Amino acid sequence: MREPESSKGVWARMRPRQGNLRVWQVGMLLVFFAIWHVLTVPGIVPPLYFDDANKAAFFFGEPLKVLSRVWDWFYSGAIYEHLWVTLWETFLAFVIGTVSGLVIGLWLALNPIASALCDPYIKALNSMPRVILAPIFSVWFGLDIASKVALGVTLVFFIVFFNVYQGVREVSPTVLANARILGASQRQLLRHVYVPSAMSWVFASLHNSVGLAFVGAVVGEYLGSSRGVGYLILQAEGTFDINTVFAGILVLTAFALILDFVVSVAEKRLMVWQPRQGETERI
Amino acid sequence: MASQDAPALALENITVTFAARDAKDTRYTAVKDATLVVAPGEFVSVVGPTGCGKSTLLNIAVGLLEPSAGSVKVFGKPLVGLNGSAGYLFQTEALMPWRTALDNVTAGLEFRGVLRGEAVQRAEDWLARVGLAGHGHRYPHQLSGGMRKRVALAQTLILDPQIILMDEPFSALDIQTRQLMENELLELWSANRKSVVFITHDLEEAISLSDRVVVLSAGPETRPIGEFAIDLPRPRDVAEIRLTPRFIELHTRIWHAMKDEVLKGYARTRIQ
Ligand SMILES: Nc1ncnc2c1ncn2[C@@H]1O[C@H](COP(=O)(O)OP(=O)(O)OP(=O)(O)O)[C@@H](O)[C@H]1O
Ligand SMILES: [Mg+2]
Repeated sequence: MREPESSKGVWARMRPRQGNLRVWQVGMLLVFFAIWHVLTVPGIVPPLYFDDANKAAFFFGEPLKVLSRVWDWFYSGAIYEHLWVTLWETFLAFVIGTVSGLVIGLWLALNPIASALCDPYIKALNSMPRVILAPIFSVWFGLDIASKVALGVTLVFFIVFFNVYQGVREVSPTVLANARILGASQRQLLRHVYVPSAMSWVFASLHNSVGLAFVGAVVGEYLGSSRGVGYLILQAEGTFDINTVFAGILVLTAFALILDFVVSVAEKRLMVWQPRQGETERI
Repeated sequence: MASQDAPALALENITVTFAARDAKDTRYTAVKDATLVVAPGEFVSVVGPTGCGKSTLLNIAVGLLEPSAGSVKVFGKPLVGLNGSAGYLFQTEALMPWRTALDNVTAGLEFRGVLRGEAVQRAEDWLARVGLAGHGHRYPHQLSGGMRKRVALAQTLILDPQIILMDEPFSALDIQTRQLMENELLELWSANRKSVVFITHDLEEAISLSDRVVVLSAGPETRPIGEFAIDLPRPRDVAEIRLTPRFIELHTRIWHAMKDEVLKGYARTRIQ
């Protein structure tokens, strides 16, 4: 199998494989920024599409300016207040949406009549494009964080709700019967059988619900606010400061990734009881 | 209080008819007019061809299923709801997958409000008795099928039920472990005599463990077609007792009674 080192071409040694994925991923990012840079900074290449050398920068921003804006934000600390607000809204939307989805999901799943009664309304609410509620929430809850949290909650709630509902219905009848015979009361069944089973479904959708809580917060801010990263973007857009808009998007993306990472860690720690593929250790 | 000499468990003239939920006219009478009485402290085995209704009878005895006709009495009292004096070892997976082996064993004590420290101590003790000392921290998916069965056994027996219902508890084990567990079960049972209903496919297992073997007919409309008192001396060693002439004699007699039914049951599944 193994060929002598010298016969390998440069490509054979460099090509993407398990070991150097990270290097390649960073490389792709750098290439992306380089292309962006070359195509937008006036004077590097002659205008290909626009009639004016400055127009590309006007529409697409310039990566160096975008990055320096991000740097300024963090260096001067101006961004922290806004970031904090956005993350706090995300957190609140996530917690409130999850808890209410859990409670109402459990309640409906365990009450066949109530669930049959509410079924058409749940379906209607779920298929409604709920982002459109943002202006109403602004009227109801004002321009402060409450209206953004409300928007995030409506997005998170349904994901959790449907997963809890499914989780309760998927409880193995044998496990349930066994717990009852072991003496579990109705409350104990809820706590020790239904909730853990539902939680496994909720965790399966955790990435989705955290992501949507974030979306709710940012969209809410973007539609009207006085603080938050969405607000920064909204303001910059008002003055056609495209570099700041991109800087805001960059920061949001980075934080979305960080949130996703945090969720993955939490998931791994909380779901130890679930079988996973390939748990053997290679020696 | 029920009278002292009432049977621990009395299934009288039980009929079970399953009706398909969507088509009420497609009925299946799994069990018909079956009577099974178990005295306090008696070890009864039930054998019968696959699909004849053994698990169904146990479900009736524990109160998970209501008979279409007939009555269930527990220590002389009609059974309402779940049978509180019974422990049930399910044929299929019944452990809570989100609890470790240890927490599965403590579950029943926890539901009854026993303090955590004491429950853990007793559970560790039971895990050791079923040969799983040191495996308490594992989740069910990290255990083998046989280990899960043994956790389930500990989970049921830790509650010290008056009636123990076991649905093919050892069929997943290899023959050596199985005989170890059978001896262990006999030892536990003779130290503290409970009523046991033990379901198995294995006639040798049934004879070597029991005071009485009940043979069921092939389904549908299953009913007991023979009862055999097992007068082998106790204490028994399940491996050694199989070699005694009396065992072989009993085995031959019961096997003759069963053979026709097994063939009937097999023929029926082939036709379907
Ligand atoms: N809920 C149900 N609905 C309809 N039919 C059922 C239901 N439960 C069991 N049956 C039928 O009743 C019969 C007896 O089933 P049961 O599970 O009691 O068999 P068994 O004797 O335990 O078989 P095995 O030895 O294979 O475990 C089977 O033919 C089965 O198809
Ligand atoms: Mg069965």
